[in-house]
Amino acid sequence: MTTHVPDQQQPEPGAAGAPASKAAAAIEKARSEGRAALIGYLPAGFPDVRTTIEAGIAMAENGVDLIEIGIPYSDPVMDGVVIQEATVEALANGFTVPQIFDVVEGITRKTDAAVLVMTYWNPVMRMGVRDFAERLAAAGGAGLITPDLIPDEAAEWLQVSEELGLDRVFLVAPSTSPQRMQNTVDASRGFVYAVSVMGVTGARTSVGAAAQAVVDAAHDAGAERVCVGLGVSSSAQVREIGAYADGVIVGTALVAALRDGGVQAVADLTRELSTGAAKVSAGGSA
Amino acid sequence: MTDMHQDTGLTGTDAGAADAIDAGTAEAFLSHDQSLRHAPGPYFGAYGGRWMPESLIAALDELQDTFDKAKADPEFTAQVAELNRNYAGRPSLLTEAARFAEHCGGVRVFLKREDLNHTGSHKINNVLGQALIAKRMGKTRVIAETGAGQHGVASATAAALLGLECVVYMGAEDTRRQALNVARMQLLGATVVPVTNGSQTLKDAINDALRDWVANVETTHYLLGTAAGAHPFPSMVRYFHEVIGDEAREQILEQTGRLPDAVTACVGGGSNAIGMFHGFLDDREVALYGFEAGGDGVETGRHAATITLGRPGVLHGARSYLMQDEDGQTMESHSISAGLDYPGVGPEHAYLADIGRAHYEPITDAEAMEAFKLLSQTEGIIPAIETAHALAGTMKLGRRLAADLAPGEQPSDRIIVVNLSGRGDKDVATAAGYFDLLPDDSVEQEIAEEGEQL
Repeated sequence: MTTHVPDQQQPEPGAAGAPASKAAAAIEKARSEGRAALIGYLPAGFPDVRTTIEAGIAMAENGVDLIEIGIPYSDPVMDGVVIQEATVEALANGFTVPQIFDVVEGITRKTDAAVLVMTYWNPVMRMGVRDFAERLAAAGGAGLITPDLIPDEAAEWLQVSEELGLDRVFLVAPSTSPQRMQNTVDASRGFVYAVSVMGVTGARTSVGAAAQAVVDAAHDAGAERVCVGLGVSSSAQVREIGAYADGVIVGTALVAALRDGGVQAVADLTRELSTGAAKVSAGGSA
Repeated sequence: MTDMHQDTGLTGTDAGAADAIDAGTAEAFLSHDQSLRHAPGPYFGAYGGRWMPESLIAALDELQDTFDKAKADPEFTAQVAELNRNYAGRPSLLTEAARFAEHCGGVRVFLKREDLNHTGSHKINNVLGQALIAKRMGKTRVIAETGAGQHGVASATAAALLGLECVVYMGAEDTRRQALNVARMQLLGATVVPVTNGSQTLKDAINDALRDWVANVETTHYLLGTAAGAHPFPSMVRYFHEVIGDEAREQILEQTGRLPDAVTACVGGGSNAIGMFHGFLDDREVALYGFEAGGDGVETGRHAATITLGRPGVLHGARSYLMQDEDGQTMESHSISAGLDYPGVGPEHAYLADIGRAHYEPITDAEAMEAFKLLSQTEGIIPAIETAHALAGTMKLGRRLAADLAPGEQPSDRIIVVNLSGRGDKDVATAAGYFDLLPDDSVEQEIAEEGEQL
């Protein structure tokens, strides 16, 4: 397939008058403190919008650098059972897509954490890419993580995000070819999301060697910031991945914590996870 | 009249000028240089593409590469032709339905008998082709989704024939209602996985098949059952079904000496229709009609008339018309026919609808069941309920054609070819329940109440 990836690499802060990347700033701040960035995921509206905001704030106050808020969607093909069940419940409880902006604003108003929205593409397309992006920017959001949008199909989003200074986090996987790795790294803004294993979201005891190979390949392709997600659930895994990646993404474990123990459990788990983020020996590496 | 065609519009009568304009427009359309046949994808106008997780793109690339090479390999095309002839039973017949045609305004109606294929529907064309592709890629395992079980049974059949492991994802509710089809797949050596998440329907079975594929892509081919999904599935599935339209075109020319006025088919995801239409795409004088599931009626909201009432969106890898709410969430579809009960539609149909090359109309459950009974009783052919939608649409279309004849023309001067995509053996219990043919205390009555399609 032909790609429509413009040659616009990583944004220079303030380039073309657009705001600097909030995600990049958050990761660089962690790096300057000798840490890998810790990124926490929760789906919006689970079990309700107010709780999502409280849990997001709790994550930020307990060591998360970036927050990823998912839009519950009817057909989440990249999600495992725990997140599926949470998003089904959110939808059953009446979550509507425009509420994502309330969640983003509710968190950004109270914390310094960069807040990204993780969304399957159809809800964005339905609202209109520009409308969605403008509302996200107005709410203080950093940008989008797009699990089923590849740069090849993202022409409109590339343009609008560039204009508004929003981050574009595309995924790369162990199966990604060198050519696609280059295209995806070039198209990304903020960071590149490295999928650790071939599979869907869900806690795993080990993320395996494939993750490091993906991160290395993304770095080799010129990515300044590469964060690893899928399967990460413990501070030990955060430590292991943080040794070679610029950030570590935890999702399912936090969703399960919220489900089982509420906001307090999210705060406790975040604090525990954050102990793994310190770079053991490479502190402050530029 | 020659003068009028040469005039500047100033000297001709108004009627003459209008004729000239219409003729010019029609001529431009009919003499369209660009063939619509063999559209390779990934895009069909604004539709199609690959709205898929990056993890699966390498597998889609491998599939596309293998398929492109296979198409150009005489050994492969000979293999497909041999299986079609000596296993599936092709070419399927083209049968004139004279008694049924009396209910279609008296136009001539011909049935393309995909119901006579092995496993009872057009589905076998696609599964044999894709299973061969899977072998060429060195895959040892195929996965498939199924609603009523037809594609699951066909996939299990192809896997058994070619020695592949087969896992079929099926909504948990469907596995209960379709217990006999589950048994059929198991008899063929397949494993059936009940899908308990989401709405537990066909679309959720596809979601779970995609999740399986992401995790097992090295060994596994996803044998998608319809002409939808990410590139190259829409053009590949169509390719394996093109044999339907190619045969039908040749057969109708042989039997009547001319092309038909219209070709009709039912449309869920749209694989039987696209295979049939493809043979006639460049015959601009042949009208193409796809009949969607209107369920309880499109005004009730309980239907699966995706092109009629849907909006463009992305689902399962392709941009196409989609039944979705104002938030972009996929809506549940409804149809008496499990095979049409899908909230999306193949992207090439969306394109053909937009450019006006094919027309799509909804048919209600009640209209379809009336046609189901009618074909059974006038021709001795029990159609699949999916197919009955095409038959009901053909009845309406035939009456329209008969009402719009030029002076001196007879209804029998008009010809419609219907794709009889499948046989109705699987639907006997549903139909018996619908027409109240079962004693209240019979086991079959209980089954029919649950919607069992045998």
